Parts: sequence; C-alpha cells; structure tokens
Amino acid sequence: MYELQFDEKICKKCKSIDCLMRCQYMELNLEEAREEWDKVLRGEDSWVLRDCATCYACEEYCQYGNHPFYLIVDRQEEKDASPVPIPLTNQQLIVMRPRGRIASQKVQAPVVNMCSFPMLTGTIRGKLFEGASIIGGYDIFCNIMWLHFGRNSVIRERLPKVIDNIWSYYLKDSGIDEFICFHDECYGTYTHLAPAFGIEVPFKPIYLFEYLTKRLDELKDQIHPLNEKVAYQRNCSNRLIPETQHWVDDIFERIGVDRVEREYDRENALCCAGTIYAQQRDDLADDVQKRNLDDMVAVGAKYCVFNCPACMFTMSDLVAERGITPILMSDLCHIALGD
Amino acid sequence: MEKVYRELVEIVGSEYVSNQPEELFIYSRDMGTMLPSTPDLVVMPNSTEEVQKIVLLANREGVPIVPMGGGLVLSGLTRPLKGGIVMDMKRMNRILEVNETSRYALVEAGTSQGMLKAYLKKHHPNLKHSIPDSPPIATIAGNVLIHGSGHLSQTGGFHSEMLNGMEVVLPTGDIVKVGSCSASPYWISRAPLPDLSGLFLGWAGTTGIATKLSIKLYPNRPFNDARAFITDDVDLVADIIHQFTGTQLAEDVTAAANYIRGRTSIFPLVIVNYGAESQDELTWKRNLIRASVKKYIEEKTGGFVPMPSGLRKDLIETPNPTMTQTADDKEGGGFEYVGSIMPIELFGEAYRAGVEISERLRINNGMGARVIGGHCMMFFYGYTFNRAVDADVELARNALHETNEAALKLGGIPWKAEVPAQKQIIEYMDPNTFELMNRLRNVLDPKGILNPGNWEV
Repeated sequence: MYELQFDEKICKKCKSIDCLMRCQYMELNLEEAREEWDKVLRGEDSWVLRDCATCYACEEYCQYGNHPFYLIVDRQEEKDASPVPIPLTNQQLIVMRPRGRIASQKVQAPVVNMCSFPMLTGTIRGKLFEGASIIGGYDIFCNIMWLHFGRNSVIRERLPKVIDNIWSYYLKDSGIDEFICFHDECYGTYTHLAPAFGIEVPFKPIYLFEYLTKRLDELKDQIHPLNEKVAYQRNCSNRLIPETQHWVDDIFERIGVDRVEREYDRENALCCAGTIYAQQRDDLADDVQKRNLDDMVAVGAKYCVFNCPACMFTMSDLVAERGITPILMSDLCHIALGD
Repeated sequence: MEKVYRELVEIVGSEYVSNQPEELFIYSRDMGTMLPSTPDLVVMPNSTEEVQKIVLLANREGVPIVPMGGGLVLSGLTRPLKGGIVMDMKRMNRILEVNETSRYALVEAGTSQGMLKAYLKKHHPNLKHSIPDSPPIATIAGNVLIHGSGHLSQTGGFHSEMLNGMEVVLPTGDIVKVGSCSASPYWISRAPLPDLSGLFLGWAGTTGIATKLSIKLYPNRPFNDARAFITDDVDLVADIIHQFTGTQLAEDVTAAANYIRGRTSIFPLVIVNYGAESQDELTWKRNLIRASVKKYIEEKTGGFVPMPSGLRKDLIETPNPTMTQTADDKEGGGFEYVGSIMPIELFGEAYRAGVEISERLRINNGMGARVIGGHCMMFFYGYTFNRAVDADVELARNALHETNEAALKLGGIPWKAEVPAQKQIIEYMDPNTFELMNRLRNVLDPKGILNPGNWEV
C-alpha cells in the first residue's frame, strides 16, 4: 500500500549519482557513491543511511525525478537507522498525533492552510489576506516532517486521513477545491510527496508565494519599495518543489528588495540545521549555521527572509545577533504595503 | 492583647502594627492546603533592636511569635498555630554589603530574591546569587532557613550550604552571631568555628529569628545556555543526571516528568544549565556535557531536544517563569508540593510512586527534581487546586499526605514539611535525634514562644 514510485533501473543507468555526489553534508567520490547507492538499492545497510542530514536536497539534484531521498527514508526505517534519538521520535509521534477533534466548518476563498503552525495565524491579515478563511491544527498536519525521522510509515498511515479531513471537513461542503499552503511543507506534500507514494489528492494546493505575487500585482499602487538587501533562507521542503523558486524572485522584484547573490542560496542553500541538531550532530550544525550566517553578513543583507516557521524558530536569534532582521516573507510584504 | 498591642506601637510605631481583621486574615494562611490560623497581631520591625524588644515583650507576656519572610513557603509554616504575633520581616530589606573579591552579600532578613537580583545586576553585574523558582518576593533568609535550593544548587548545594553566617535574635532576646562574623568583621564562612548555624536551619522558625545573613555569590557569566535531554525510560534519568553532574560544568540540573491523568505521558526531560565567559567556552562546555551522555546518544535511547529560542530563554531565566505559570494551571490560586530530599538513584521509583498516587486519588501530578550538588535531589510532586472549591483542596491535602508517606517509605525526607508531615517524619526519625531536638529547643526557647506547634509530637 502506497508504494514509492521509484524505478531502480533509472538509478542503475545513472552515471553521475548526483543524489550523493552533490550532497552538501557527505563527501564521496564517484566510486564510493556508486558503491553505497548500490547498497541502498539492494536494501543493504549503508553509512549513507546514517549520515544523511535529511535535507531533502537529493530530491532536487536527481535529474530523473526518481525520489532518491524518499528511498533513503524507506531504507532508514527498514534498517532501524533512525536519524534522531528514538525518544525524540516517539515524543513527536505523540505531540503531532491527530486528535480527532476536527469539526466541519464552512470556509470561503481564499482559504489558508496553516497546518500545525496556528501560532503564526497573526500574519494572515491586512490587504494581502482580506476575507481569508484559516484552517489548521493537528488533524490536518501534513506529516511530511517524518522524512526527518526515518518514518515514512507514519506518512503512509496519517497522510491519507489528513487529506480526507481537509476535503471532508472544510472544502467539499463549502464548494471549494483549492487552498493556499502557508508552508512549503504542505505544498510539497500535496504536489510532490503524495503523488510519489501514490496517494490521491482531491484538491488543488496553491503555493503561498504565487498567491502573494498575484495579490501584490492587484495592490501594486500601494506598494512602497523597500530598497533593501535580503537573504532568503530556502527550506528543506522547497527542494521538493524547485519549480516554485521563481516566485521568490517575483515577490522581491515587486516589493523592491534585492536578493543578493550569495554562496548558499538556491540549489546550494544550506539547511537551517534544526534537524542536524536533532540528530545530535552539534559540530556539523554549528558549522552549517556559521557558514550560512557569515554568507548573509558578507553580502550585507538587512533581512533574512523565511517561509518555513521551523527554520525561523531555529535561526531567528542567531540571525538577529548578527544584525540581520529575521522575517517571514508574508510579513515583509505587509511592510511593503504599509500594513 | 491590648497591652501587647500598645507596647508594639511604642516599639515600631502605629503604622507597623495591626490587629485589624482584614490584615490578620491575610496573615492567617498561604497558598497551600493547610487550614487558616489567625494571629492576634501583626508587626513589622525595622531593625534588629526592634526585633529584640518585640521578642523580650513576647517572652515576658508568654505570647507566641511566628517570624515570616515572603510567606511563600506553601506548607503553612508561617501560620500562627497558637495565635499570638506574626512578625513580618519585609521592612528589614537592606543590602548591607557586597564583597566582590570574596563573593558574598550581607543582607537583612527581609531582603527579597528580586531585590538582591536587581541590586547585583545594577551594582555588581559580574556576580549573582542562587535564585529559587519562586516569585521574586520570596526572601533570601526564608529560603536559606528552610534548606531551599535554586538555580546554582548544582554548583553550591542547598541554599543553607551557601550561608556564611547569621545574626539571630534568640527566643530569650539575646542577639547572637554565628559564623566567621562572630570573631571577625568579615562574613565569609561558617568555618573554622563550631558551626552553630545548624541550631537555626530547618527548624521552621522555632529556635530564633534571623535578622541578618551572609550568603555566597557566584560569577554571573555573560554567556549562558540550557539544554534538555529526553529519554522515554524513566529509569535512565538517574544515570543521565549522574553523568551531567559528573562533568562539574553544570550550574543547575533539573528534571521534569509530569503525569497528567488521561493524557499521553510526556517523556522525562533532564535540563542542564551552564554558563561561560565566551561563546567558545560555552560551546566547549556544551560538547563536554554532550560527551558525558554519549552512550545514550549512540544507542539512540536519548538525546538533546532542539528548542525554540523562547523556550530556551525561559529555561535560562531566573526564576524560570514557567514554574509559577504551571503552579496556577487550575487558575484557582492553590498550589502545594512535596519536595522530597532523596538519593538521585530513586528517581524512577519516586516517579512511579507519584503515578500510583495520581491514579489512585485521581489527581494530576507535576513531578520533577532539582539536583543538589550531584549528591541528592529534591524530587517534587506538585498539586494544583482551586482554593474556592473545598473538595479540590481536600483532594490535594490527601495527595500531599499520601505523597509524604510514600517519599518516607522510599527513603526520602519531605522538605519544609507542613505540620502533619513533620509528625510523619518524626515517626521515621531516630528517637534520640528527636529527643536532642527537644532538648536544644527547650534550652533556646524555655517558654516555647517561637512558632509553637511545629516539630512537636
């Protein structure tokens, strides 16, 4: 049930093994990469399973869309190669469990899905989100985070119910078949992960930045260009949906900010390191954060712009200590609109 | 009492004596479960000499006196069980001396935790004192005298162990000094003289009234951090604590293991606080602390929890603001806990005893521990209740009684025990020890005027 759509033959033919060769957290030469990936394909243990930082980037690096990262996570689970301590996983299984307390609610467009970050509901305001309905909570938590915990089984078990909850309790009776995903994780889940596991999605997710771009176009007369340099902290889930990256540039162009060229952006983006700390690899996490922050400082960024709340929770103090203002993309747009 | 009232007015002035029912009401109770007991009078002295005069008056008239600091002990120790005078020390709140080099502060007995913290922050930012997780109005003296503990207890032990010396007014009116201050102008230590401070520590105010005390201060590091280690096996907690404390790098080690009935259990957490002079030193300490529990990390049976910065700030803040918020989770103003001083290795058993009581009495239990110098722990069982609901108070009272008994059976000793718990402890105590306590008390307080009703059979 919910088998991963993965073709071993594609990997066998692959010459470049980009999934491992381009990894920013493991160093392998081509021969080692071939050898270790063959082990993964054969279902054998490989140190790759244990050293994977779970940054999702190999999903982007694979030229064939063959889901190497999802396969790694499947293998981690099969081989008991849990990336994080077991109690931490078990605790999260409890904390993030569906509560079964969802109730039917009529919603109206635009519908914004806050997933499990209801504490950020305050940002759904002003001209940008006029008249929006908000949904959220553990019963519609997208569950993609289990990729960090080596637990695809939880995704397979919980995600179909989550999709059904969104459809049955909010959308169907409201005559709506789309909603805005506040977080990359949700959009990545419904457009990339669910299809990869053969899980049906009956609604159309809208990428937050696509919505913001269109709203900014409608409100263009009210925009006060910010004329600032910004650094963008690309999150792990965006590796699943690289086709959305242009929306970041589109928004920045509209609000008059400069996404300054820096080393650790776009395909070379670094993880916020929250997950690496959870893996108890503090030295690596320290190094990743330092390189990332040094890079932001070096280009003179005034703002560090986030879309992922988890990245923001992890990095906001560190960013602020370096004299850069941490901010959600939606809040940056609010500022440009004077909201 | 009218005569006593008039004489008290002569000693401290009419503004600082009261026999008014609304004020006596306040002094008749605390936030715990013990039944109210109303004083006849309340007095607020302003100097050691005034304390002495009040004690001489009470001694002459045979009127009980109950000394009181912040009144936050929660176990009803400042209720005047036999009436008489409550002596509220809050006017005596002067900070008399801070010695930077030898790191101590000499304060009057009514000085609060918040006052000293603010004073040090302003005038001696490189120094700090150990702060309990009580509201800032709690007094330094009160917490020392009950063998309290705080956020530097891993470094310095019980707050009573951080005591360098005291000035005390005896029940007979004599003013005595104990510690180095009795033979030197410096309040630096209890050694090398015979240590008389034990005559006043842990006695629930039955042997003397402290008027001044000197406590140890510690470096206030500019860089601070806290890390929380999670495990799903409560029996591993003792060793995790043992490993953390073995590094001798931690300033404070605490643990949390709440039990909320009907809800899925939250796994135990061990929280370790540490400070440093630089970011590099802080990272170095973090790495050594992590190395101490490497076995569990490698086995994946435990690990540090990534914390959002807000939670981390709460854990570094003194007092930890979440403690007082948790204490009022029923929003009824009632909170009391058993703080059992026990060996660290009993953590698992102590937790299971708390779960058993929770299930049997159908009450939630906020459990946890503060480690004292790596040698023992204060394992607490916290019960919240709505003070306006009698049945709720009664349930908490029963839970406390059962918990005291369970702790004693395990080999623990309830700390700052309420009167019923004192009697439970006495049943477990070597009779000769209790006999010695009585003999000492009779010598110090022949008329039995100081906080009578405590430590009695």
